[in-house]
Amino acid sequence: MSKNLRFKSSKLVDETYRVSFKFNDKTYYGYKGDTLASALLANDVHLVGRSFKYHRPRGIMTAGSEEPNAIIQLHDNTSRTEPNVRATEIEIYEGLVASSQNCWPSVNFDIGGINNILSPILPAGFYYKTFMWPKSFWEKYEYFIRKSAGLGKSPKEADPDIYEHKYIHCDVLIIGAGLSGIMAAKMSAKNGLKTLLVDEKSFLGGSTIYDNSEFSKINNQITSSWLEKEINEISKLENLEIKTRTSVAAFHGYNFLLARENLTDHLPINQRENKIRHRLLKIRAKKVISATGAIERPLIFDNNDRPGILLSSAIKKYIDLYGIACGENNILFTNNDTAYETAMSLVQRGIKINAIIDNREEIESKLSYELEKNNIRIFKGYTVVDTYGYKRINGLSIMQLSKDGQKVIGKKIKLSCDSLGVSGGWTPAVHLFTQSGGKLKFREDDQVFIPNKYPSDQLSIGSCNGDLSLEDITTNTVLSVKKFLNINKTDYKTFEIITGINKSKRNIWLLPSDKILGKTKSFVDYQNDATAKDIKLALREGFRSIEHVKRYTTTGMGTDQGKLGNMHALGIISETAGTKIGEHGTTTFRPPYTPLTFGTIVGRNVGEFFDIIRRTPIHDWHVANNAKFENVGQWKRAWYYPKENENMHQAVQRESKAARDYAGILDASTLGKIDIQGTDASEFLNRVYTNAWSKLAIGKCRYGLMLNEDGMVYDDGVTTRLDENHYIMTTTTGGAANVLGKLEDYLQTEWPELDVYLSSVTDHYATISVCGPHSKKIVSKVIPDLDFSDEKFPHMSFKNTKIGQIKCRVMRISFTGEQSYEINIQSNYGKSVWEKCMEEGKDFNITPYGTETMHLLRAEKGFIIVGQDTDATMTPIDLQMDWIVSKKKYDFIGKRSLYRSDTIKDDRKQLVGLLTENPKEVLEEGAQIVADITKSPIEMLGHVTSSYYSPNLNKSIALGVVKGGKKMLGQKLIIPMENKNINVTVAHPVFLDEEGERLNAKL
Amino acid sequence: MKNKYSIFSLIKNAFSYHENWEKAWKDPEPKKEYDAVIVGGGGHGLATAYYLAKKHNMKNIAVVEKGWIGGGNTGRNTTIIRSNYLWDASAGLYDHALKIWEGLSQELNYNVMFSQRGVMNLAHNLQDVRDLKRRTHANRLNGIDAVYLNTKEVKKFCPIINTSQDIRYPVLGGTLQRRAGTARHDAVAWGYARGADEMGVDIIQNCEVKGVKRNGDTVEGIETTKGFIKAKKIGVVAAGHSSVIANMAGLKLPLESKPLQALVSEPVKPIIDTVVMSNAVHAYVSQSDKGELVIGAGTDDYISYSQKGSHDIVEGTLNAILELYPIFSRMRMLRQWGGIVDICPDASPIISKTSIKGLYFNCGWGTGGFKATPGSGDLFAHTIANDEPHKLNAAFNLNRFVSGDLVDEHGAAAVAH
Amino acid sequence: MFLINCPFCGEREQSEFKAGGEAHIERPKQPTELSDDEWAEFLFMRKNIKGVQFERWNHAHGCRKWFNIARDTSNDQIKTVYKMGEKPPVE
Repeated sequence: MSKNLRFKSSKLVDETYRVSFKFNDKTYYGYKGDTLASALLANDVHLVGRSFKYHRPRGIMTAGSEEPNAIIQLHDNTSRTEPNVRATEIEIYEGLVASSQNCWPSVNFDIGGINNILSPILPAGFYYKTFMWPKSFWEKYEYFIRKSAGLGKSPKEADPDIYEHKYIHCDVLIIGAGLSGIMAAKMSAKNGLKTLLVDEKSFLGGSTIYDNSEFSKINNQITSSWLEKEINEISKLENLEIKTRTSVAAFHGYNFLLARENLTDHLPINQRENKIRHRLLKIRAKKVISATGAIERPLIFDNNDRPGILLSSAIKKYIDLYGIACGENNILFTNNDTAYETAMSLVQRGIKINAIIDNREEIESKLSYELEKNNIRIFKGYTVVDTYGYKRINGLSIMQLSKDGQKVIGKKIKLSCDSLGVSGGWTPAVHLFTQSGGKLKFREDDQVFIPNKYPSDQLSIGSCNGDLSLEDITTNTVLSVKKFLNINKTDYKTFEIITGINKSKRNIWLLPSDKILGKTKSFVDYQNDATAKDIKLALREGFRSIEHVKRYTTTGMGTDQGKLGNMHALGIISETAGTKIGEHGTTTFRPPYTPLTFGTIVGRNVGEFFDIIRRTPIHDWHVANNAKFENVGQWKRAWYYPKENENMHQAVQRESKAARDYAGILDASTLGKIDIQGTDASEFLNRVYTNAWSKLAIGKCRYGLMLNEDGMVYDDGVTTRLDENHYIMTTTTGGAANVLGKLEDYLQTEWPELDVYLSSVTDHYATISVCGPHSKKIVSKVIPDLDFSDEKFPHMSFKNTKIGQIKCRVMRISFTGEQSYEINIQSNYGKSVWEKCMEEGKDFNITPYGTETMHLLRAEKGFIIVGQDTDATMTPIDLQMDWIVSKKKYDFIGKRSLYRSDTIKDDRKQLVGLLTENPKEVLEEGAQIVADITKSPIEMLGHVTSSYYSPNLNKSIALGVVKGGKKMLGQKLIIPMENKNINVTVAHPVFLDEEGERLNAKL
Repeated sequence: MKNKYSIFSLIKNAFSYHENWEKAWKDPEPKKEYDAVIVGGGGHGLATAYYLAKKHNMKNIAVVEKGWIGGGNTGRNTTIIRSNYLWDASAGLYDHALKIWEGLSQELNYNVMFSQRGVMNLAHNLQDVRDLKRRTHANRLNGIDAVYLNTKEVKKFCPIINTSQDIRYPVLGGTLQRRAGTARHDAVAWGYARGADEMGVDIIQNCEVKGVKRNGDTVEGIETTKGFIKAKKIGVVAAGHSSVIANMAGLKLPLESKPLQALVSEPVKPIIDTVVMSNAVHAYVSQSDKGELVIGAGTDDYISYSQKGSHDIVEGTLNAILELYPIFSRMRMLRQWGGIVDICPDASPIISKTSIKGLYFNCGWGTGGFKATPGSGDLFAHTIANDEPHKLNAAFNLNRFVSGDLVDEHGAAAVAH
Repeated sequence: MFLINCPFCGEREQSEFKAGGEAHIERPKQPTELSDDEWAEFLFMRKNIKGVQFERWNHAHGCRKWFNIARDTSNDQIKTVYKMGEKPPVE
């Protein structure tokens, strides 16, 4: 049975609510309110994990989100497993299962521990210097390196939890609900500002809320009691929203912040069903107040990483807040007064303190006198030089510091302990401030970086602003918040502060040892096993910038992002290089402050919500009729309609044949439609298309090709003149939005003098295209009132008409080469008109066809598809479409580019038809085309862009682009495939009905 | 001769507690004059200096860097290396680089950890399939290893990809280049710096260029924060800041500098053993030797030198990651950052002389410059030394923007119909 | 994630807008008169300024209007917003 180190109940922990959990397969008990770390400590478990590189035993070091060591795998081998969870952050719940990481077979006996023995040949950057021989072996070495690296294990199943996003707009966002944050929230909300206060913890009040010492008072009240009253007061304020378990992850420019609100991680698994796990708050605040506190610094000495070594403030928090002792024989090691507060807390609970080791030679504070009165030994001017115990600290040795603090002198004294609390002073948590672009300044007095220049409307208060004493925090918070929020009046008058500590500190970044540095392991980055000697090695090898040193030694690159050790790295660099701190850069803190779950960032945008699905008004019919769909941009387009056992090829052959022999029907609703109106509409079209538009008669349609300004084909489609000043343009499905954007751009910025208005009407109309020799009969039945005679309604013209009472437009245009009518009708009637066409077409074997058949039919006619037969390097001339480029027009988009030295070359890649020697052989789209396979390297002349077996021609046909192809008609070329060469002949790209007789098919 | 790096030197130095390692490179003050100065101490710039010294016997040269070497895009990219480009010119350029990568650790005696774990590109729609097949055929004929994989083969090569055909943009296939992979980005800069330094190249850090001095159409030197440095030849390899230097010389370049973001997850045990790229849903992922998932996001569409992009871009990328890898939902983002990439209208680089004699530019690498580092340095060194491009970089001249002979790599994948 | 004050709609997230690059590059009125070099200058060559840049933006997911802004590209701080056709601010 393990020991119980819980001494006394506390405000936070509910001792009536016992919680059982498993750690490394053993069952333990804790109470509601415990973190996993506090519950383990209560059970006297310190050994929690193994370090990254040397696999050294590691324990719980902190009591917060800065924890480098105590990171565990939650719920291994389940769908809710999560790697690298900080034991200090996770609140326990019934059924929690946690296990140690990065160790095999177990945390107690870890094979990887051999790395610790090998460590003399594994200095910083060793892998850059070795594993280079033999040359082919790197990947074999790497296999083992990768296996031993990493920490936890990635989940292997999809995440059962749900996440969401919420936008919040507030006047003032206050980050951190410690003493200064609470005060700021009160001032802000009481002055009518819409205020949001967030804190990462489950409770309010920060570290002040458990400061029960008689030696620390505000206005004659114990500070925790004073703050409790404040909290009670603000919880009633209307303007104030308070969110706990909410951690600000990122502070971007323009006061845009991301915070993660944790809603279920503290609940038993069976209570999480259908609840949102995390909510990502996207906060846009007019003003931001950072009250993010400070993080205690460790001290850097030999073997400063053993389980049982904690920050002194963590020991205080575990005893004061959770009622747990971290050991029964404690030593505190400090360079400032903080550890004395911890000592007082221990003394008050009657927990043994073996000694206090203090770097300072002179100590003058009420607390130290008080402790000495309690017969606590204080070694003044001493430092720890080594610690003992493999899986748990069991002792340490100390020596006296020389006057300059650079050496140790005198005799070594050994002391026993089972817990060591260290304090190297405090580092203001300026991470969010620097993320936002804020610039820091270095305060020499106590060697801290503090905010200097704010990049946006924001303020830092409390200890994150470098106000580390109770007096400074209270007084400065009121002053600066008043000014920042333009407040005249607050409830706060003057503060009467009593404190037991003074500010003196003896800062030595790397404490001296009796050993040479090369024999020590003084950890700066605990998680990544970067030591002081690694940093010195990096400097010796010429790495000077902090960023170089970080990258070479991996200091600060762990999951804690160097929250504990970065300052020491900077300090050691400046001491070694003899420069001022900051001269070699301060490291940049990058978002997020604490790691953010991917699922949280993604929110609801998963699965079917990953991207919008656009469906045509006729979609349901396609589904009901067994259509297979193709994604085209965001659209779902019917691809083909297989019958019974048909595969795609069989379906497409059937559909293509039917469309040419009888009638086919296509849902063309996805094509982009832009309504163009205005007195200059014709002139506008002249400028955007390559061909001329002014003379297009009302009621006529024309095909147009649009170029980029660099002369390359951009989009195409048919545009119809509905009226004198009214056109409707169709675009490709995927290009619709871009075309509209481009046209608006020219209209508004280059040609504002034109009287033209553009509207996207793609979604307003359903477009049903009926083609084939029987198409006229079918549409005549659907629209009996309209005269479909070729004289009245010739190819490339349009009619306004009605189906019943419903207005519609009918265009006689063709992308298949067949006689073809396109009915455009208000979307919500699309499906019934489609069904009507099917009904009336039944006798004519009307066959629905999809995009694949459409592609085949148009290829038979040699019609291009922009994006398939063109690739942004093709001009209309390359496409052999010279006819569509107006020679008369003075200008149009892209015209000038067609006359550059390269674009006028006549051996550019040009669109041609290709026929295979074996008519049954269908080429692969994308296959390359060459003339000579004997040359090396083989010169590629172009590639196959479209290729099909044509059931109407009973042979394989293809389109392709070939260098100088225009002049190659009839020439033999080769398609070299992996396993064979296919012989082809260059042909005219129009394979069927070159004369266009089918457009007016008479049956 | 410097300490040669090897397991033996590590053991030997262990006995002296690693107190005797030499500087990997010195930190000299600039001389008054050099035969050539390279502006920009990233991988490309350092490689250029290395090859100028090594292959063209130019020893009186310097690299000037405004911050610290390798601190720009070299240290900020997702380290993907491949050569499966469509156009002959690009394939030639990038495969030249890839071949150097294959022996780079040994050449530099610095382990750059080039790991040929393969790069897979996914197809999510029918046009993707056509484009990838087209590229695979072109690669094969250009002697570049590339195979087309169907969905099943994709799944087999990388089992954690969601290849269900019911997802929004299902995986329809992919290409695989097995020789492709990743390398340790910092090591590339450091290895070249060490190699160049050994041959006498001055690597000058914290030295920002403030002006380019020219006499008529000939360059004379640069004004820097460490004074004027005279030079007959100046090669600018300043990535996102190329236009800034060009403007100092009175030139304009066809570039826009935009933020590009990337992120890593917390480190985990091996879970993905290759590099998977998807253009259509925009998600690139690999896993570093340390265990972090390395994820490349896209560029914002506006010009910025702030090294910060918008959160939307990161969110969009992770949306795509979870679409393809739902198992990563509970993984956590550890760190995100931005770089500034200089993008050409045709998404191909410029390695070229300019209208000013003695002034050369190597820029426009956009989002994919890291992979070209050794090749780019080699060819740029050739161009500077001979005042003529090598045949492998001849197509990447500045004049192509005038003639129209672009090397359009991204336009080669247009989406429409 | 900066905010842009659309002159027609007011302040909105940058993600609602589409960037249109450097402003005040007028499309030549007589392109055919230009040499290849001059045309390339219009087509491709850009100042790509680090510092205050005049640039075009379109409220693509809003009013669809184009307008200009002056923005410091080194820190993304927007100095002014002005309509198409207006002269750039002097300061």
